[in-house]
Amino acid sequence: MTAPLIHNSSAPADRPATKPPVVPAIATKATPERRRWSGRGRKDFLVFLAMALPNLVLIGTFTYWPLINNIYYSTLDWTLGSASATVVGLQNYITFFTSEDASKVLGTTAIFTLVTVGGSMVLGLLVALALNSKVRGTTFARSAVFAPYVLSGVGVGLVWLFIFDPGYGVLSWVLRGLGQQSPQWINDPQLSLVMVMIVYVWKNLGYCAVVYLAGLQSLPRDVMEAAALDGANSVRRFFNISMPLLSPTTFFLLITTMLSSLQAFDLIRIMTPLGNGTSTLIYEAYLQAFGAYNRAGYSAAISVILFAILLIITVLQLRFVERKVHYS
Amino acid sequence: MSAPAPAVVVDSPQEFPRKPSPNETLLPFSRANLLRTVATGYVPLITATLVVFLPLLWMLLSSFKQPGEIVTMDLKILPESLNLENYATAMTTVPFAQFFANSLMVTVVGSSIKVILAILTGYALVFVRFPFKNVIFVLILVALMVPAQVSILPNYILIAGMGGKNTLWGIILPGLGTAFGTFLLRQHFLTLPPSILEAAEIDGAGHWRRLWQIIVPVSVPSIATVALVTVVSEWNDYIWPLIITDRPETMTLPVGLTLLQNSEGNGAGWGILMAGAVLVIVPILLVFAALQRYIVAGLTQGSVTG
Repeated sequence: MTAPLIHNSSAPADRPATKPPVVPAIATKATPERRRWSGRGRKDFLVFLAMALPNLVLIGTFTYWPLINNIYYSTLDWTLGSASATVVGLQNYITFFTSEDASKVLGTTAIFTLVTVGGSMVLGLLVALALNSKVRGTTFARSAVFAPYVLSGVGVGLVWLFIFDPGYGVLSWVLRGLGQQSPQWINDPQLSLVMVMIVYVWKNLGYCAVVYLAGLQSLPRDVMEAAALDGANSVRRFFNISMPLLSPTTFFLLITTMLSSLQAFDLIRIMTPLGNGTSTLIYEAYLQAFGAYNRAGYSAAISVILFAILLIITVLQLRFVERKVHYS
Repeated sequence: MSAPAPAVVVDSPQEFPRKPSPNETLLPFSRANLLRTVATGYVPLITATLVVFLPLLWMLLSSFKQPGEIVTMDLKILPESLNLENYATAMTTVPFAQFFANSLMVTVVGSSIKVILAILTGYALVFVRFPFKNVIFVLILVALMVPAQVSILPNYILIAGMGGKNTLWGIILPGLGTAFGTFLLRQHFLTLPPSILEAAEIDGAGHWRRLWQIIVPVSVPSIATVALVTVVSEWNDYIWPLIITDRPETMTLPVGLTLLQNSEGNGAGWGILMAGAVLVIVPILLVFAALQRYIVAGLTQGSVTG
C-alpha cells in the first residue's frame, strides 16, 4: 500500500492511552450488532450513498464507461460526426499493425519514452545529489527545479519553440556565435523529436529530483557512517550503498515517468502540431480522430493499444509494490 | 488498513556528524575547503537553478520587446522599454480576457466541486459503515491509474451528444469525479486518532456535523494539498478543452494560446506569443511560489512506500 507523502500533524501515536475513560460507553453501545444494523446501520447505508455516490457515478461515467466504449468503437469503421458506422471486427487493429504507421508510431513512442524516462531520471538524480549537499539555498533551489513540472505545457512549449527558432531564437544566435548554422528543428522530423524530448526532460526532471531527494534523505545514517569510517570514498558509497538502497525509489520513478511519458500530449501538440516525426501512440490517436481524417474507429483502436500497454506497466508496478511491502 | 508510513519531511537537511576522512582533515575555513564547497555544493546548485530560470526569464523579457528587437541579427538581451504593447496586441488579436475568465471559471468551479466530492467520499470510506467499502476503494485506486487521454474520444461523443460542445459545463463535467483527491484524503483520514470523534459521538452529533466541525478543521493541510494540486491541473488542462471547444467564447487560456499561435505565426509575432505565455504561466508560478510545500507534497505522494 502506498502511503502519501504528507506532513501528518496529528500522528496516531497515543491511540491506546486516550481511550480508557470512553471505552465502556462505546462498548455497551456497540454490542447489539443486529439491532444496530436495522436502525443506525440503515441510516449509515444511506449516509454513505449520499456522500459517495455522486463521485462514484462520475468516475463510473467518465472513467470506466469510456474504456468499454473505446473497445466497442474500435470495432467500427466510423467517420467521426457521421450518423452511420459499419462493424468491421478487428479490421482496425489489422490495418494498424500491417501499415507503415505501426512501426513508425511504435518506434517513435519507444524512443520518446526511453529517452525522456532515462533523461529525466539520470538528470533528476544528479540534481538530487546537488540538492542534498550541505550548503545554503537548497530549499530555494529545490522549489525552483520543481517549478516547470507544474507549469502549463502549452506555455512552456511556446517559450521553447521561440528559443529553438532557427531564425531569431537564442539557440540559433549562440550557434551563429560559434560559427554554426542553426539546424532546422521544426522542419526536420528527427530533430523535431529531439527538440520535444529536450523540453519534456526540462519540464519533468524536477519531479524526479524531488522524489530522489526524499529517498536520499531517508537513507539510514548508520550505514553511511559505517562505510565512511571504513574508508569508502563518496563515489564508492554512492554506487555500493546509496544506489542499491534507492532501488525502490528508482523503480517507483521508472513506472510513474514511463506512464506520464506515454501520455505526453501538450508539448507535442504545441511544438509539432502535425506530428511530423513526433507522432507517438497518444498523438496518433488524437490526430486520427480530431485531425484531418476523423477516423473514429481507427483512433479508438490505437487508444485501446495504448491502454493495454499502460495496463501492463501498472500491473507490474502493483506486483512490485506488494513485494516491496513484504521486504521492508 | 495500513498504518501511515512516517512521513518524510523533505526539507530537513540531515546533518550527521561524520568522522573526518583523510581528505577532509582540512580546517573549516581553509581556502581548499571553501573551494571544494563552492565546486561541489554551489556550482551544481546554481547551474540547475539557472537552467530552469533562464528560459522563463527570456519569456518575460521577450514579452516586452518590439518586433524590431526580435527580428534582428544582433541579439538584444534587455528590452528597450517595459512596453506593454504585446499584451495589448495579444488581447485584441484573440479575446484573451474572455479566455482568462473562462479558465478562472473552470478552475474555480471544477476545483471546488472536486475538493468537496473528495472530502465527502473520503469521509464516507473511512468513518461510515457500509458493506462494500473495500471493493469501492479498489475501484477508485484503479480509476487513479486510468489516464484521461485514452478516454477522450468516448467522452467527446458522450458530451457532444449531451449538447456540451462549446460550453463551460462541457469542459468541467467529465473531470469532476476525483480518484486522486479521494485517495489522498482517505489515506489522511485513516491516520486521525479515533478518539477525536468519540466525544462528538457521545454528544450525538451526526455524520454531517462530525465531518465539518471535527474532521475538516483538523485536516486543513491535506485538503489544501488536494485543492492546490487540483487547481494546478485544472488550470493547465489542455487536451480536453482543446477537443470540446472550437469557438473562442468558451476556450480556456491554453486553448486560446493555440489560437494565438495560429494567427501570429513566426518571426514578428514572438513577442506577442511570449506575452500570451506569461499570462498562462505566471498565475500558476505565483501560486506555486506561495504554497509550493503543499503542491510538491501532493504531486510526489506515493513516492515513499511502506
